[in-house]
Amino acid sequence: MLKILHQILRTGIVTEPLDKLEEARVTLTGTALEQEVLKRFSRSVTIRFVDAGSCNACELEISAITNSVYDCERFGIHFTASPRFADLLLVTGPVSRNMEIALQRTYNAMASPKLVVAVGDCGYDGGIFGCSYASLGGVGNVLPVDAYIHGCPPTPSQILNGILRAIRR
Amino acid sequence: MSDRLQEIIKAVIEKCTGRAASPIDGRVSGAAVCVVDSSAFATAAGILKEAGFRLFAEWASDESGSGRGFGVYAAYNEGPDYLLIKAELPSIDPSFPTITGYYPGAYRLERQIESLMGIKPQGHPDLRPWIKHEDWPSDAYPLRKTFDASKPLGRVDGDYGWAKAEGEGVFEIAVGPVHAGIIEPGHFRFQSVGEDIINLETRFGYVHKGIEKRFESLTWEAAVRLAGRVSGDSTVAHAVAFCMAVEQASGCVPPDRAMYLRAAMIEMERIGNHLGDIGAICNDAAFAFLHYQFSILREKILRANKQAFGHRLMMDRIVLGGVSVDITIKRVEAVISVLEEVSVAFERLVRIYEDNPSLEDRVYGTGILKPEIAKALGVVGFVARSSGQRLDARLQNPFLPYNKIVPNVPCLSSGDVHARAWVRIEEVRESFRLVREMLIVLPAGPIVSPWTPPEPDSTGLSVVEGWRGEIVYWVQSDNETGINRCMVRDPSSMNWLAIEQAIRGNIVPDFPLCNKSFNQSYSGHDL
Repeated sequence: MLKILHQILRTGIVTEPLDKLEEARVTLTGTALEQEVLKRFSRSVTIRFVDAGSCNACELEISAITNSVYDCERFGIHFTASPRFADLLLVTGPVSRNMEIALQRTYNAMASPKLVVAVGDCGYDGGIFGCSYASLGGVGNVLPVDAYIHGCPPTPSQILNGILRAIRR
Repeated sequence: MSDRLQEIIKAVIEKCTGRAASPIDGRVSGAAVCVVDSSAFATAAGILKEAGFRLFAEWASDESGSGRGFGVYAAYNEGPDYLLIKAELPSIDPSFPTITGYYPGAYRLERQIESLMGIKPQGHPDLRPWIKHEDWPSDAYPLRKTFDASKPLGRVDGDYGWAKAEGEGVFEIAVGPVHAGIIEPGHFRFQSVGEDIINLETRFGYVHKGIEKRFESLTWEAAVRLAGRVSGDSTVAHAVAFCMAVEQASGCVPPDRAMYLRAAMIEMERIGNHLGDIGAICNDAAFAFLHYQFSILREKILRANKQAFGHRLMMDRIVLGGVSVDITIKRVEAVISVLEEVSVAFERLVRIYEDNPSLEDRVYGTGILKPEIAKALGVVGFVARSSGQRLDARLQNPFLPYNKIVPNVPCLSSGDVHARAWVRIEEVRESFRLVREMLIVLPAGPIVSPWTPPEPDSTGLSVVEGWRGEIVYWVQSDNETGINRCMVRDPSSMNWLAIEQAIRGNIVPDFPLCNKSFNQSYSGHDL
């Protein structure tokens, strides 16, 4: 126990102010961002995450926004296991044919109003995987997307900046 | 080629009416190729099994572009010896005798051959489609040349035929494909009595993106980017493996400096992933403190990657013939000082891991993969090394600088969650040393060699030890200047089968912990 306390004291607070200089390249598609939605989310936003076919690099960087350095919870952003509790669906990958139905079901299980944010170049247009028998390309081909965060993969500060921009805070 | 391998090839040729490879098959990356009569494909497997070889990959290729039918390949290894057995099959109604009787690890590899290439493994115990879900048209064989990959597939009605358990008190828990955390999709179906798992059936293919088919439509240069996105967490090792296979096929030798930088990046990737996963294992045993601590260290490593090589995960740093970024002396010093700082903190965390009884209670004796099962299934990487199999491509098939700066490879035999965590702890320590030594003696010179595409109809095989284990690439050029086939075998393709065995008899709440201790790639498996 003493070792743990020592380590906590030695570590101190490692959380950094969010690097505003590392602006995310974000494409906002607009229409769904109603004032109503923004008002409801103004204190906190709960995210359900779905990997719809990614190579898993985006997952690594999304996981990183929850670590002590980026600490997304300080902005009221947290991840939930249930789509029923979620305000925002965060999706990675080109949407694979084999994940299309599961992705749609997750979206349908969320209560309205809800936002969809696609992460990574593949989520935008299928990236290097393109469109094929197995890949349906970008998330926009399957769900109404409110914002795209570009990058391969985007860095944790870009993801965090991107989410904050998507919910205009 | 060793005397022993020559003896074995002689025996295969004698018993399987085989002929040693014709020049088109070449000798690839130290692997001999032996073409056998298709009816003797399993006989050859029997001879190799007898000789103590392990199966490390099995795949098929549509060679109609070069005037042949299909080729089916099985790849075997023992110590430094690598041997490919090939059978040539007609283009109409192709089939071959299954080798699952000798090598259970071929179970899913052959289902995949059947599902995606339409070649029947005769005598295979379970021909339910794999990767190809039940709603695919049954005659869709994407890896065949006649298949039009640009069109979307329709959906049909179908049923998978899950394993069933019956009896009083037996119930099923279905999990996935969408999981609770920030992880990849896959489906796990447990049959349990109370909390005890009596059977686990896994099903994957959800993130199948048609990668192997995609390779065939790309140029060699663009294909390196795709290889780096087969499994994003192993982007360096996959890109290196692809490049080495192509370099084998085209006879290109990258400069020494590039080889050292490739290996240093592979080791940095190992450190980063191991740090994250050791913490995540602790998190799944409800010890969040270490999870947060280890992820701080992981973040430091990723930032060092960014500083030294320009990208946190080191994507697109590997190119055909070498690497795309050089490193200055100043940056070498910066990386070494980060490693020193991280290694001191790492040792403090390891002592906390060792001292914690609540952690000990969860990780010891949980999810045991017995050495004999590990061997039978042909698992690779840290999963193998935690279950008594001393397998590491860095030792068996070393390339520069691994033949000069030799890794010490830890090996445990208890096969439980703790063993898998501990092997990785030891590997982190070792990789700290390897990166340091590689960067200190970094040879001067260029970082890339001129490269030309392989001759028509030639092949190359590579075996590279990524952080998860042995990654295998086999490339075959078409009869012009493009790619005819690129076979990718991520370590996950061998290791996923083992989790079903390791989990049996454990309790349901221990599954996430066991799964995390394996941490196999879904994307690399589903391709």
